[in-house]
Amino acid sequence: MNAITVKELTRRFGEFVAVDHVSFEVRRGEIFGFLGSNGAGKSTTIRMLCGLLKPTSGTAIVDAVDVGADPEGVKSRIGYMSQRFSLYEQLTVDENIRFFGGIYGLSGAQLARRRDFAIEMAGLRGRERTRTGDLAGGWRQRLALGCAILHEPRIVFLDEPTGGVDPLSRRQFWTLIDQLSESGVTVLVTTHYLDEAEHCHRLAIIHAGKIAAIGSTAELKQVFANRQILEIQSTNPVEAMRILDSMPDVEKTSIFGTAVHAVVNSRERSATDSLKERLSDAHVEVTAMVPVQPSLEDVFLDVVTAAA
Amino acid sequence: MRKALSVGRKEVRQILRDRRTLLILLFVPAFFLVIYGYALSWDIRHIKMAVQDQDHSTASRSLVSSFLNSGYFDFAADAQSDADITRLMNEGDVRVVLVIPAGLSRDLELGRTVPIQILLNGDNANTATTVMGYALTIVQTESMNYRLVAGTRTTPPLSVESRVWYNPQLRSALFLVPGLIAYIVMITSVVSTAVSIVREKERGTMEQVRMAPIDAASFVVGKTLPYFVISLLSAVAIVLVAMVMFGLPMRGSWLLLLVTTSLYLVGALGLGLFISSLAETQQVAFQIALLASFLPTLMLSGFIFPIASMPAFLRGVTYLVPARYFLIALRGIVLKGVGLSILWEPLLTMSAYSAAVMILASVRLRRQWS
Repeated sequence: MNAITVKELTRRFGEFVAVDHVSFEVRRGEIFGFLGSNGAGKSTTIRMLCGLLKPTSGTAIVDAVDVGADPEGVKSRIGYMSQRFSLYEQLTVDENIRFFGGIYGLSGAQLARRRDFAIEMAGLRGRERTRTGDLAGGWRQRLALGCAILHEPRIVFLDEPTGGVDPLSRRQFWTLIDQLSESGVTVLVTTHYLDEAEHCHRLAIIHAGKIAAIGSTAELKQVFANRQILEIQSTNPVEAMRILDSMPDVEKTSIFGTAVHAVVNSRERSATDSLKERLSDAHVEVTAMVPVQPSLEDVFLDVVTAAA
Repeated sequence: MRKALSVGRKEVRQILRDRRTLLILLFVPAFFLVIYGYALSWDIRHIKMAVQDQDHSTASRSLVSSFLNSGYFDFAADAQSDADITRLMNEGDVRVVLVIPAGLSRDLELGRTVPIQILLNGDNANTATTVMGYALTIVQTESMNYRLVAGTRTTPPLSVESRVWYNPQLRSALFLVPGLIAYIVMITSVVSTAVSIVREKERGTMEQVRMAPIDAASFVVGKTLPYFVISLLSAVAIVLVAMVMFGLPMRGSWLLLLVTTSLYLVGALGLGLFISSLAETQQVAFQIALLASFLPTLMLSGFIFPIASMPAFLRGVTYLVPARYFLIALRGIVLKGVGLSILWEPLLTMSAYSAAVMILASVRLRRQWS
């Protein structure tokens, strides 16, 4: 039984179709990623799954509850953390926990137990009386996660949870998400950080309200099965790029650091050799030309340009 | 200087695009000019007067006519008995009672001085003094007619004995304090409720709370209850301080005071809630709340400018201002010690207003919640 089943989910705002017949499934305990640029439809989809927004058409079953028919029923079973961390800045750490515990109906021993859990998880032991507004980004982020799961939901929605947080805190946060997943909680994350997307068990790439690709990172990288990506170090990267762009075998080029990445539409040696020839003809000295593994960024750019 | 111009140009562009501020800068002064110029004045007109004519003579009727023809006084009622007078004063509509003693006609012919009683309703210290002035002038003018008839006299034919009910020394504090309570309570309740809810919308915390299995009613009640308690306490505190420092009397029941103030508060909080459903940002919420509570309560409630002197259309508008009824009730309780038999009317109106506003607010908020 899947944690989340979405079929032909659509949401219109007047003429604008924000989410366009989206279908996917999320298994229990999975970390499922929603990858897409701003405005692609990630947040709208999540808000529909949480019962905050009514779908225009289609169905979404979250923890066996039909969200379109019973948006209230889903609320006690899910946790939600927004981009803004939505904590009350003037309240202390403890007061925020008590408030969110209260509106989820927690009290007494159960609240005390979950409060301790949240404080330990966020690493805020000894800082319970600190004003939330005085905490640094990473601490607030973990506190927000703690407040979102006080009621032990089986599914957690995280909408761009690492915005504006330093890399070390981000890594700590993902460790927490891994732990959640291992304990059987299903996690659905939206992100536009590609390095984080690699953390997910499975991913859906969303573009213009539609799912452009879906699967594990390995599966997604299969788009490059018949192609290869070459990393070319040269003395004149800009010139190298210009020449490569003019070649029929080269689909696209991009600058990666000081090197040029070229997507070549075949894996044959003949293709690479002709590249080397053309570059040396143009007096561009190539110091290295090696095939590299496609990164998620390559996959994302490829899928998105193909969809457009 | 060039750089200053650069900043100035950008500022103008921002102002032109901020239609709300533009409206306030241009429209509001014009609005105030019209209102102050035409509608609001300290001239007192249409002063409701009751008459107890114990003489029923030509002379007495002539005196009454001189009041009614002056253009300031309107005839409100015939007071047959003293009980009538008390009732009319308690109800508050009648501002002045003219008591003409029996034997006016006869005494004037005999050359005696006749005391005319003028009873002034002191629940409004501002107007009482002015009304007294008008009355004095009218009586003196009327008195002149009899002077010629009687020949040489040392004392004027008609003299005035005046008494001010409820507020004998015409202390303005007694008049201002109820108005202040209405004003302060209204503004703080409306503004704080409106801004507080919109703040949650703005910061995104409301969305987070909506994720929990909590319904709109619980959220709203939880948010407004503290403001209700604080406002009620501050109203009581104002009365207590005024009693101690300004000698404000408290002639009515405290229970009735609390009930009346609570009713008024529910209306104010409801208005704040309704405004919160209209505004997206705290700034807008604040502006609307201020406009909706500050202006009507200050100008159209009878707090400073007498309603009877306003042009008809503004007088009509005052019927929609809850503070108007609250002031009647509050003054009645504090200064006159009246009870429900007199106050049921303003209390009923306040209840209707509060209920209507609450229903409107909850319909809108519930829709926005889900």
